[in-house]
Amino acid sequence: MIIGITGLNANDNPGPGIAVIRSLREAFSSDLKIIGLSYESLEPGIYMQGLADKTYQIPYPTAGTAALSERLEHIHQIEKLDMIIPNFDSELYNFIKITPWLNSIGIKTFLPSHEQLASRDKINLFEFGKKHGFMVPADRQLNSLNDLQKAGEELGYPLVVKGKYYEAYVNYTPDLAQKSFHQLSAKWGLPVIAQQFIKGTEINIAGLGDGKGNAISVIPMRKLYITDKGKAWAGITIEDNELIELAKNFIAVTKWRGGFELEIMRDADGDLYIMEINPRFPAWIYLAAGAGQNQPAALVKMAMGEEIVPFTEYAVGKMFIRYSWDHLVDIADFQQFSAFGELNITKS
Amino acid sequence: MRIKKNIATSENGFIFNPATGDSFSANHLASSILLSMKNGEDAGLIKQNILEKYDVAPEQLERDWEDWLMQLKEANLVEV
Repeated sequence: MIIGITGLNANDNPGPGIAVIRSLREAFSSDLKIIGLSYESLEPGIYMQGLADKTYQIPYPTAGTAALSERLEHIHQIEKLDMIIPNFDSELYNFIKITPWLNSIGIKTFLPSHEQLASRDKINLFEFGKKHGFMVPADRQLNSLNDLQKAGEELGYPLVVKGKYYEAYVNYTPDLAQKSFHQLSAKWGLPVIAQQFIKGTEINIAGLGDGKGNAISVIPMRKLYITDKGKAWAGITIEDNELIELAKNFIAVTKWRGGFELEIMRDADGDLYIMEINPRFPAWIYLAAGAGQNQPAALVKMAMGEEIVPFTEYAVGKMFIRYSWDHLVDIADFQQFSAFGELNITKS
Repeated sequence: MRIKKNIATSENGFIFNPATGDSFSANHLASSILLSMKNGEDAGLIKQNILEKYDVAPEQLERDWEDWLMQLKEANLVEV
């Protein structure tokens, strides 16, 4: 089986690609060939041994679907891909759009629809919560500093300011909020989102839906160590039926197809707020596999047409602790990837 | 006051709450009291055993016991 995987940026704001590859390697061992799909030549996963067999550069999402299709067609001619698992929010729109074409050339995916993708978007999250009875903090779309000032008056401080796709900052003063607004609009474009601050315990849930309303897997994880970018650097699986029911309910009402992550805040009263819904596996998804529910492997099996029996058990108290590692890379490999947009790392 | 059923304790004093992911380290006395409470032993009996085993005045023990219960509540280890 040959699977193309994006999200090889195992940095301090990591993509899920490496964790997805580890999960798949564990499930399919020698029958598996991984083709990395990378946007930048410094994504660590390109150069790490034992993960992607070969990596190709692909065009940024802003280049559009024609450029993406053209590049994937070239890669497919060489590699004969069976499946692609995209792992970035920002690339999903394009991959969903070209899904019929991918299917027609024999490449499978297991993705949500454009409607599902849009419904949980940060911009629509509050309405989504209202419609389905989920608790979601109030938010405002910001297209100007005037909008920010108004949002600050209405939602109060501290105020969470979030990028359209990634990153969020908690701001304790209007000055700091302005700085975040400029930073995030320059990086991710408009609108920027202002969200009501909820104080509490951060919990994330990794889930997998079969597209028919059934929850194949749900794993709740409490963040134990959080980086200044808000990323979990250590976490632990926890046992909490309320969280599991929340995720199952999300899958039931959306008929979610594929992997997802719910970012939850539990406040002092025990109320569960959905802070964000990510439409793909989280970067910590290998913890789910380690706890006994290999979500990426189950996703591949479903894409291949297998009926999957939903997981019911997992190891509570399984931890992950992320670490940084200086991986040494030969300049020749870097040059090869930078100049030609492809690198076969298994050669060395 | 009852210790939550799912709280895991080990002989070396490690306490883990699987519902929250919180973990704590307890000294020998604390972990043995916790184990007794988890086994449903009566508070009066636990205190009696402490008085017999340790050199502590009953008034002091009562104050410490209240403090102990407060800590258990704060740590989210007891049924509410």
